[in-house]
Amino acid sequence: MNLFTLLEMAADAMGDRIAISHGEHDMTYAELLIAARRAAAQVHAAGATRLAYLAVNGPAAPVALFGAALAGVPYVPINYRLTDAEIAALLARIPGALLVNDVETPGWASANDGDPGVTLVSVMAFIGETLLYAGDAPDNDRSIAVELFTSGTTGAPKAAILRHDNLMAYILGSVDFMGADEDDAAIVTVPPYHVAGISAVLSSVYAGRRMVQLPAFDPGDWLMLAARHRISNAFLVPTMLQRLVEHLGKTPPDLPALRALAYGGGRMPPAIVERAMELLPRVDFTNAYGLTETSSTIALLDPADHRAARAASDPALRARLGSVGRALPMVDIAIRDEAGAVLPPGEAGLVFVRGDQVAGEYHGLGSLLDSEGWFPTRDRGWMDDAGYLFLDGRADDVIVRGGENISPGEIEAVLSDHPDVRDVAVVAMPDEQWGEAVAAVVVLAPGSTVTEAALQALVRDRLRSSRVPALVRFVEALPYNETGKLLRRVVRDQLA
Amino acid sequence: MSVQYKAGAKLASTVCDGQILVLRVPAVPVDLRIGGAPVALASAVGERTAIDPALSGGIQTGKRYTDEAETMEFLCTKAGAGTISVDGVALGIKAAKALPSSD
Repeated sequence: MNLFTLLEMAADAMGDRIAISHGEHDMTYAELLIAARRAAAQVHAAGATRLAYLAVNGPAAPVALFGAALAGVPYVPINYRLTDAEIAALLARIPGALLVNDVETPGWASANDGDPGVTLVSVMAFIGETLLYAGDAPDNDRSIAVELFTSGTTGAPKAAILRHDNLMAYILGSVDFMGADEDDAAIVTVPPYHVAGISAVLSSVYAGRRMVQLPAFDPGDWLMLAARHRISNAFLVPTMLQRLVEHLGKTPPDLPALRALAYGGGRMPPAIVERAMELLPRVDFTNAYGLTETSSTIALLDPADHRAARAASDPALRARLGSVGRALPMVDIAIRDEAGAVLPPGEAGLVFVRGDQVAGEYHGLGSLLDSEGWFPTRDRGWMDDAGYLFLDGRADDVIVRGGENISPGEIEAVLSDHPDVRDVAVVAMPDEQWGEAVAAVVVLAPGSTVTEAALQALVRDRLRSSRVPALVRFVEALPYNETGKLLRRVVRDQLA
Repeated sequence: MSVQYKAGAKLASTVCDGQILVLRVPAVPVDLRIGGAPVALASAVGERTAIDPALSGGIQTGKRYTDEAETMEFLCTKAGAGTISVDGVALGIKAAKALPSSD
């Protein structure tokens, strides 16, 4: 199987539809197909073993994704926000690549010792190439479609491998071919090096939904673009949705075409979701949970779930607004304890996932799937008796206080409930008596005079005494990466 | 004529425009036809033959076709007038739950 098939189908069935809008430029599916054939010709001409992409989101990113598939080489999008030294280190791991790049004299070229061994092509030259590869896409068993360097929030980036079969299983299982109306359009704000940036391209092309690319998110720009292009669908990472809600204040936006708003990629406070639902009462909200290693989404809290939870008076049903929903039909999710035993509903443990879209594989580390195909996500969580999954942070973030495992999530949830608390991270700090102690780093609303003692009392009232933070530190802002992932390692380092 | 197919193979009808992609097949040879005539590799379709009127319900691009026991699955990549059959039994559309877009 080869991802290029998805584009061939789209170009064949709806070649004249607009696939991509970027600035003043539009590209149809037929044109995207031709551009991908040109990209493949360049890969072949360079004798490249990979097609890497180091630039902001633009039409060249989807072209490179499909061009790599046609040429039979992995597509490797790289984070352009990294430092020159970090980029040079990643490039040294992909020798023989053809690199699409938008900087004339890249700083990374002289950042580390030695030539990284990649061939450079500018975005303009890449898109402007006229030679076309007219051959068929290869069908090598289980060949690699995409390599993504993980964000490395806990160490050196790992190169996650997604095979054509994994991504095809996700798209065929979750997207209706030509399911979008002809005037539907999705605004794409996730960067090309994020798994959601890959799945946005594949889903949109297969559904026949026009992609409108916004390379750098800003709430004002987003609203302007959404109105101008009559955007029907959008995906935002939590920080983007939060910034959008804060930007709007109490004024609902004038976006009559907007029908569906999906969010995911990190912890999403239910209060923000409720505010967003109030501001956009006719919009369908979907919470998506997935990982790089699972070809994107594996669980969904769908629009009906959102409305039911918001209208519910039963606390257990209402709590589902903070859940990531239920497993996709083609995916199994299980909660296990540290020893691997499957836990019943209501009990918290480690989240495992299985399905054809689950890759669970890294360069140099091999496959992390067990003999039955289960992948350990390293996320902690529990399921209610209807299969709704609640996440509880990363296994690596658990605080071990005197032998007791404490999840930061439950303490963060309590502190977030305080009306003056705008953001909070609970982390471990070294402690002579307990080994580790609970520390809370809190961002307060402007003008608030809430004290450390008041927040400690709030936690003491609601949870066991072992959960009470030994230290509450007030800061201006918490450190996040650009896709909204809280950098807990940085928070811990700042406390040490 | 039974053939052992493998996942990923691109096949074409010899009676209509229909093309399919093999997603899943059993590990035994099967007699796979579209519109009543054996399929060919998409890259090697020769002259067309006549469609069997009994197998002319057609296939639609993007639909997945499967047998009753779901032992095999084919994706229609190009629509055609013929119906897919395996060992003489017509295949049906695989029902899929509609999911909201999450990308």
